[in-house]
Amino acid sequence: MSHRLRVNPIACEAHGMCAELLPERITLDEWGYPLINGEPLQPGELENAIRAAQACPTFALLLESDGGGRR
Amino acid sequence: MNSSPSAVTEAALGMPGPPPGALPRLLAGIPSQGAMELEEHVGRHGPLPDLARSRRGHAREQAGAMIDELERSGLLGRGGAAFPTATKMRAVAGARGRAIVVVNGVEREPASLKDRTLMEMLPHLVLDGAILAARAVDGDEVIVCVCETARASVQSMALAIGQRERSPASLGDGRPPRLRLATVPAHFVAGEESALVRHLDGGPAKPTFTPPRPFERGVSRRPTLINNTETLAHVALIARHGAPWFRQLGTAGQPGSALLTLSGPVANPGVYEIEHGASLTSLIAAAGGARARVRAALIGGYAGSWIGAERLQGVALSNEHLAPHGASLGAGVVLLLSEEACPVAETARVSRWLAEESAAQCGPCVHGLHSLAATIDDIAQGAAPRRATLRVERLASLVSGRGACGHPDGAVNFILSALECFEAEFAEHARHGRCEACMRPAELPLPPRVHAAPSRKAAR
Repeated sequence: MSHRLRVNPIACEAHGMCAELLPERITLDEWGYPLINGEPLQPGELENAIRAAQACPTFALLLESDGGGRR
Repeated sequence: MNSSPSAVTEAALGMPGPPPGALPRLLAGIPSQGAMELEEHVGRHGPLPDLARSRRGHAREQAGAMIDELERSGLLGRGGAAFPTATKMRAVAGARGRAIVVVNGVEREPASLKDRTLMEMLPHLVLDGAILAARAVDGDEVIVCVCETARASVQSMALAIGQRERSPASLGDGRPPRLRLATVPAHFVAGEESALVRHLDGGPAKPTFTPPRPFERGVSRRPTLINNTETLAHVALIARHGAPWFRQLGTAGQPGSALLTLSGPVANPGVYEIEHGASLTSLIAAAGGARARVRAALIGGYAGSWIGAERLQGVALSNEHLAPHGASLGAGVVLLLSEEACPVAETARVSRWLAEESAAQCGPCVHGLHSLAATIDDIAQGAAPRRATLRVERLASLVSGRGACGHPDGAVNFILSALECFEAEFAEHARHGRCEACMRPAELPLPPRVHAAPSRKAAR
């Protein structure tokens, strides 16, 4: 099962933690909102991605599995 | 085209049907003012097709037969997205729980009048479609959503619902759905499906993050079918006359007729029913011809695309014909811009409005649309740094696809299309600032600003 990152743009408040924790996947635009590479995550990236999602103060960073589930 | 007649069509046999292939269909018998009364509506179109009493099967099978018929008709949603109506209905019918039907008559596109025309003048055609849709998805409630500023539509739909309630036969057989009316605040994004659901559940009329989509979890967490008023008016006629009849007009990809709102420098701007694939020239001729030289046409409203005058001659009004021009009909808005108007000033004005109509929920939409509007304003006044159009393109790419709803994408489409169609005019403004045409009155319609408090003069 593959996982992808997605942001809930309504919940996101541009804290920028995600880009700190996952710079290889996430950069920030000129206003501080995340630009996310939504390609499936490699197995080795999963742990950091989970950490980034958990670190988001507004729970706006979502890790979605191809089955449609979120965590 | 050769599909065998279904139960629905058989049920409709013996009804005085309109001649095949003739227009108008939806607008047939439209009163010159006021609404068509229930009695006259039934006299013209016949009663609701009596699904339950047609030949065989239970209500569930009959409902399925109706969705099959809509699928054969090829009817696509008329709210702007052109999504297959049967597919949407099937998703709602297949979801767990009792369904709700929402009639989307919010019509927030400033230049569109077709939904309010239907609601004000042919409310029973819309209600017929809504009742049939409720039957198709096994729904027990129909909620008609109208913009709170469209007072005549609110009044007409309220009266029509009252007439239905006093005449139980007009609600159809079986267990008729409850009908009710809801008004929706006047914001551009309030007509978006998830915004409607949120509003009807007591929240602000702003889009939500999806999934879940309304068809799986909508109003009161129930599966919710949301259809545009025109879509439902077509359902009312397809249920009576069948899919082959519907397909006698239109193109293979977009069968049937459509309501378009034409505005700009024509003798009689307004709502016209056309066959999909009809030429833009024939629409303008039907409106009494152009009163001024046309610079360009905006197809699909303020999420739509411009087509320059030099290409307008061959334009046919269907999505497959418009695709090579990068345009689509959207909710059926066709706006003509005259040579008198300044396309840069018009783009700046509409861009500002689009920025202000953001639901202000998603950062890239809020910041991006305001930055876009400011940059275009600077270009219009000749105050922008060099290569400001590259900045517009960069901002556009930062906004696209990054909102919870389609508003930022639509706004960006409108802006980029203007930049392309009026490239020379934008370059001219970037160098020299305002032009003579900038001083003339604006042409593209925008809703009047609502002021919080009356001015002193008005108070006296």
